[in-house]
Amino acid sequence: MTDTRVTIAGVELKNPVMTASGTFGSGEEYSEFVDLNRLGAVVTKGVANVPWPGNPTPRVAEVYGGMLNAIGLQNPGIDVFARRDIPFLKKYDTKIVVNVCGRTAEDYIDVVERLGDEPVDLLEINISCPNVKEGGIAFGQDPKAVEKITRQVKDHARQPVIMKLSPNVTDITVMAKAAEAGGADAISLINTLTGMKIDIHKRTFVLANKTGGMSGPAIKPIAVRMVYQAANAVKLPVIGMGGIATADDAIEFLLAGATAVSVGTASFFNPCATAEIVEGIESYMKKYGIADVKELIGAVR
Amino acid sequence: MSKIKMTANVIKQDMIGPDIYSLWILAEEIEAQARAGQFLSVYTKDASRLLPRPISICEIDREAGALRLVYRIAGGGTREFAGYRAGDTVTVLGPLGNGFPEIAADRHAFLIGGGIGIPPMLELAKELNCEKTAVLGYRDAQLFLKEEFESYAKVVVAAEDGSVGTKGNVLDAIREQGLIEDTAGHLKLPAGKAVKQKPAAPVILACGPTPMLRALKAFAAEHRIECWLSLEERMACGVGACLACVCQTGGVDAHSNVHNKRICKDGPVFEAGEVEL
Ligand SMILES: Cc1cc2nc3c(=O)[nH]c(=O)nc-3n(C[C@H](O)[C@H](O)[C@H](O)COP(=O)(O)OP(=O)(O)OC[C@H]3O[C@@H](n4cnc5c(N)ncnc54)[C@H](O)[C@@H]3O)c2cc1C
Ligand SMILES: Cc1cc2nc3c(=O)[nH]c(=O)nc-3n(C[C@H](O)[C@H](O)[C@H](O)COP(=O)(O)O)c2cc1C
Ligand code: FES
Repeated sequence: MTDTRVTIAGVELKNPVMTASGTFGSGEEYSEFVDLNRLGAVVTKGVANVPWPGNPTPRVAEVYGGMLNAIGLQNPGIDVFARRDIPFLKKYDTKIVVNVCGRTAEDYIDVVERLGDEPVDLLEINISCPNVKEGGIAFGQDPKAVEKITRQVKDHARQPVIMKLSPNVTDITVMAKAAEAGGADAISLINTLTGMKIDIHKRTFVLANKTGGMSGPAIKPIAVRMVYQAANAVKLPVIGMGGIATADDAIEFLLAGATAVSVGTASFFNPCATAEIVEGIESYMKKYGIADVKELIGAVR
Repeated sequence: MSKIKMTANVIKQDMIGPDIYSLWILAEEIEAQARAGQFLSVYTKDASRLLPRPISICEIDREAGALRLVYRIAGGGTREFAGYRAGDTVTVLGPLGNGFPEIAADRHAFLIGGGIGIPPMLELAKELNCEKTAVLGYRDAQLFLKEEFESYAKVVVAAEDGSVGTKGNVLDAIREQGLIEDTAGHLKLPAGKAVKQKPAAPVILACGPTPMLRALKAFAAEHRIECWLSLEERMACGVGACLACVCQTGGVDAHSNVHNKRICKDGPVFEAGEVEL
């Protein structure tokens, strides 16, 4: 028997595989390809207190081994989200993690309070989106701001809080510790790395937003390194992500210290990636006679 | 209806114009659900190119369970596709998007394609059983697919360089040849009055570059003609999950709750009045 269960802030996931916010819609779009019951958790697209229209197009660009996106956190607002997307996910036997975005502390608090009575298991607070001018990353690049927003959110949240950290910082351990000091229940990383692509024929930026967040397999080594550093700097559980496309990738993150992983961009080129990773982790455990997936967490030091 | 990701066998590939290729693939599971105006996500074999390439369905062979894609080499991905030969495989996901609407038999459909927007109109020309006129806009005298359209519709050609047909674009051809009647008269008929309809009420269905679609939208609005446009945008997921491929809408969309619709899922075909171009 292989035991794939992991626990994050008191919430037990049947396995450590989750989706990455913004890459899996509300779960509905990929439910044709993946049995959502197989996943440890579904993490939803960032939601704000009011609808956000997002950025102009083009919003995505392909780069070698990865992609840039500048969606700009388009979302329907918490009312529509709570009415439509949460009931959809409730039909499945998986945990629900709602990713929250905002421009001001009040925005975040508003959403978190609205979610207090909803059947949501965990909150993931995005303080690391590189694609919006205010809020987002502004909160995520200064340790004092990280600690403050974490505390403010924690004061109003009924569910455990995961702070999602930006890799666009000099020292990730400083940010991880700041989230811990603010009372976070867990941290997740990495969000996208700020990048740029120029069309040399048109001599313009490829993205309307000029810059975009880089994701996909090309960023994985950076993400593994940051997860390792963060996991060794704090006592909180770490959710690792950044370029995971296969079970081997996911296991690398677990060994580096992640308690769970999120799979993002991989769904775009393999809609079944999340479910395949769940199976692949089980095969790996059988192959090496590992009874409990928790034995893998942080096993490489 | 469900979308299927599969590895399809290449039946054949031909070059049918300058850098323009016609690829037939065997994909019964997708064919069984596919309709004109839908598209496939086509995956490259080069792992450094992550994102699927959206390519429209040009033709459906119901008996063979085969789909035809006609595409222009635009970069590394399509260049790879152009190298495929019979017996090779290609991974595709589909059918994606909504496709063109059904058109009543008493209408006159104007199927308008500009450049690489021409191919998706072919299956529509085949499927519709009303009066049909295809208006095809080319760069020059390399008239790919024109003869195939002639088996299903009356064909009018425009070429930018003036070498064949009307010199200019599709709208120049429509205007020069007075192709589309003003329907204002139809709309103003008093209710209940049985009037013998003279020309069948026109409907425009179009795919092509954005400036062409913008001009058609304005033309259709001016003449009060029903008009459907197939739009294009950079995509990542192709299934409505990532919100990369949005277009602006006049009203608040029910799904997004903002003035945006997803081209990959809510489109690519939209009623012209619904979208801002
Ligand atoms: C719904 C839809 C249907 C389409 N149907 C056809 C068709 O039937 N025939 C055809 O020749 N072309 C079609 N296109 C355009 C086609 O998708 C691009 O030409 C193709 O993706 C270019 O890939 P590449 O690797 O050769 O070019 P590159 O420039 O190397 O591609 C880099 C990235 O940009 C994207 N991209 C580049 N150009 C476009 C574009 N015009 N639209 C969307 N994404 C683009 C690619 O998908 C890729 O992710 C369609 C586009 C859409 C959105
Ligand atoms: C199209 C797209 C949209 C995203 N939207 C969000 C979002 O709304 N909130 C968020 O916290 N992260 C968002 N992300 C970041 C991902 O959740 C993830 O952190 C990042 O992409 C790295 O993982 P990956 O390489 O597996 O994609 C988005 C990423 C992509 C590619
Ligand atoms: S390409 Fe992802 S929503 Fe359309």
